[in-house]
Amino acid sequence: MTATASAVNGNVSAETAQAAAAKAAANQPVTFGKALNTALADALTADESVVIFGEDVGVLGGVFRITDGLTARFGNTRCFDTPLAESGIVGMAVGMAMNDMRPVIEMQFDAFAYPAFEQIASHVAKMRNRTRGRLPLPMVIRIPYAGGVGGVEHHCDSSEAYYAHTPGLKVFTPSTVSDAYLMLREAIDSPDPVVFFEPKKLYWSKDQVDLEELAEQYESQRAAKAEGKARIARPGTDATLVTYGPSVSVALEAAKIAAEEGRNLEVIDIRTIVPFDDETVSASVRKTGRAVVIGEAQGFVSVASEITARIQERCFHSLAAPVLRVTGFDIPFPAPTLEKHHLPSAERILDAVDQLQWEA
Amino acid sequence: MSSETREDLIAEVSRKFGISPEDYMLPARHMINLLNPDGSLRSHEEQGTEPGHEYPLPSPAELIRAYEALVVGRRVNDQNSALVRQGRMAVYPSSHGQEACQVAAALCLQDGDWLFPTYRDSVAVMTKGVAPMEVMTSFRGEWHCGYDTKQYKVAPMATPLTTQLLHAVGVAHAAKLRGENTVVVAMCGDGATSEGDFHEALNFAAVFHLPVIFFVQNNKYAISVPLSSQSAAPSLAHKAVGYGMAGERVDGNDLIALMAIMGRAVRLAREGGGPLLIEAHTYRMQAHTNADDDKRYREDAEVAEWVAKDPVKRMESYLADSGLLGDEVSERISAHAEQVAKTLRDGMNQEADTDPAELFNHVYSQPTAQLKEQAALLADELAREEA
Ligand SMILES: Cc1ncc(C[n+]2csc(CCOP(=O)(O)OP(=O)(O)O)c2C)c(N)n1
Ligand SMILES: [Mg+2]
Repeated sequence: MTATASAVNGNVSAETAQAAAAKAAANQPVTFGKALNTALADALTADESVVIFGEDVGVLGGVFRITDGLTARFGNTRCFDTPLAESGIVGMAVGMAMNDMRPVIEMQFDAFAYPAFEQIASHVAKMRNRTRGRLPLPMVIRIPYAGGVGGVEHHCDSSEAYYAHTPGLKVFTPSTVSDAYLMLREAIDSPDPVVFFEPKKLYWSKDQVDLEELAEQYESQRAAKAEGKARIARPGTDATLVTYGPSVSVALEAAKIAAEEGRNLEVIDIRTIVPFDDETVSASVRKTGRAVVIGEAQGFVSVASEITARIQERCFHSLAAPVLRVTGFDIPFPAPTLEKHHLPSAERILDAVDQLQWEA
Repeated sequence: MSSETREDLIAEVSRKFGISPEDYMLPARHMINLLNPDGSLRSHEEQGTEPGHEYPLPSPAELIRAYEALVVGRRVNDQNSALVRQGRMAVYPSSHGQEACQVAAALCLQDGDWLFPTYRDSVAVMTKGVAPMEVMTSFRGEWHCGYDTKQYKVAPMATPLTTQLLHAVGVAHAAKLRGENTVVVAMCGDGATSEGDFHEALNFAAVFHLPVIFFVQNNKYAISVPLSSQSAAPSLAHKAVGYGMAGERVDGNDLIALMAIMGRAVRLAREGGGPLLIEAHTYRMQAHTNADDDKRYREDAEVAEWVAKDPVKRMESYLADSGLLGDEVSERISAHAEQVAKTLRDGMNQEADTDPAELFNHVYSQPTAQLKEQAALLADELAREEA
């Protein structure tokens, strides 16, 4: 029975009906994009030093609408458009952070953050260290990244390794609707600069999440928050799939198929590439004895390579087979009609799992 | 902010001076220059000033204060070059010859105002109040930045060219959003004006109408490359009008003209007139750094020509001839310069002794698990070395 129906029937008081209506609304599936948008709005409300800027983030609400409505609600001093200049956006954010604000800036697409690389690598990452801790730079650089949406050239790069390779930066990438909210709040509150990678193919993904409840949970557990913790997305016993961001859903799909074939795979969502949670990954691989690391980025010198090396170093004596990687090919991101051949698929993951020396 | 309101703001400032917005934004026809190289005051007609570009002399007290900083700055430059030759300092990009610019960039600011210096601007940083040894921390190879940037309102001396100009824009923007009346001076060299961040910073400052003064020391070279290979603009100050801000050029070895121009720029910026671009014509009298050999790209005769335009001698002659610099003041200033030089000598003669454990402390707010492991590894190595 819907709240409206029960109210009409006179079975419940108006107040209860309102609460029930709110509950029903809360139970509507929420998109990943809406969770990010709400996190931004809540951060603007919670902390008046938070400012949001970038290209088209004002009236338009961003090309992916992640900042939708923020200028209207908070005014154009809290959320505003800048001239088209990525180095300028990041560099200005550095100065604002130097002067006690918390900028949350948007790079329109992965490949368009490259003009800002000097600012990110030479200043965002190094200012705290350069000044012996006297000048921390709390700021968030949001980057929509990766493929799977049929995007054209320069709109589908998985550029996380460049940033993860740069000491001083934290690198987050959520894969669920609730993590989209929680991790963006954490990133904004972090005393360290965070490069926040949003898998753009997930923007429209939905989950049954009560954002208000999540907000309360975040506010009340702020002190005890578990930044940098990996998540066991699916518990299993036979092998571990380690991945993050856009590849989590693919790994889960593979695990589901494997289960039908009688193999129980554990899936770990890294969540934060930096800081990296060796503990959770190692514990899982020591338990299962087998691992496949999955990443959409080209595999050579990738985050997947680093994770693979760390597993070999830490879990060698528990391993029944070499750790394998399933990644994008070492090619520039292909044109839309060809991307399906490039991206790690459930089949490719299962082929790798098959190679983990099961015959005793 | 719409472009219309920005134009209105520029129009408003130019109306104050009774000239058109274009005449306000374009530099005066001639470089502003109040003192001749011999220290005599130029006649009003020769000063390069014109309606809307007027620069009255600063007060005698301001001039003496600036002269003191000038003398100290020259002494520090030469002391540091000596320390480099003796192997007590790793590297020093001297501003010998540019001290008038250094002093003016810092003295025009008030306590709450910010300075954004480059590697060449040690003297400006000191003049803003940073202790000499803290300024030189990086050049002695101890740590990258040795001073408390927030306490002094001085950013770390920037090496990646013009990246710091954007930070200056950000500091000014944050202050403006909070309704604070902060002015920011952002420094760079002539060669650096070719960098992309120079363009982005000037454009952002103009679009957001921020109180930033971009102060370019045109010392004629970027290491070996002369300005003619960097830019085809009529002058670097002319670049301002393309962004919708005012530009001016000044004799950068004329401390009086510099103070008049920087003083006015800070006043205008603080009153809400938006950003300005000041180009100071000066000369790097020594090599780019101790590692450079300037004989490979310029003639001794050219250097000699500029030695004759020395900013310190010029100011000294002016003050002495106009009766502002008595023996007593002169001696006090020399003693002050000697004492600063001694502080540097004594400091540099002590070994820098940073605990290697600190290497891991400032990468993040808390060291990651991986950094803790690496710190333990280094500590173990050091313990074994000691044993
Ligand atoms: C982005 C960047 N490119 C190159 C360099 C190397 N470099 C250091 S100083 C310099 C010359 C700069 O000349 P100018 O801007 O005129 O300043 P000056 O040294 O003359 O004061 C160069 C090329 C650098 N520091 N940063
Ligand atoms: Mg130069």
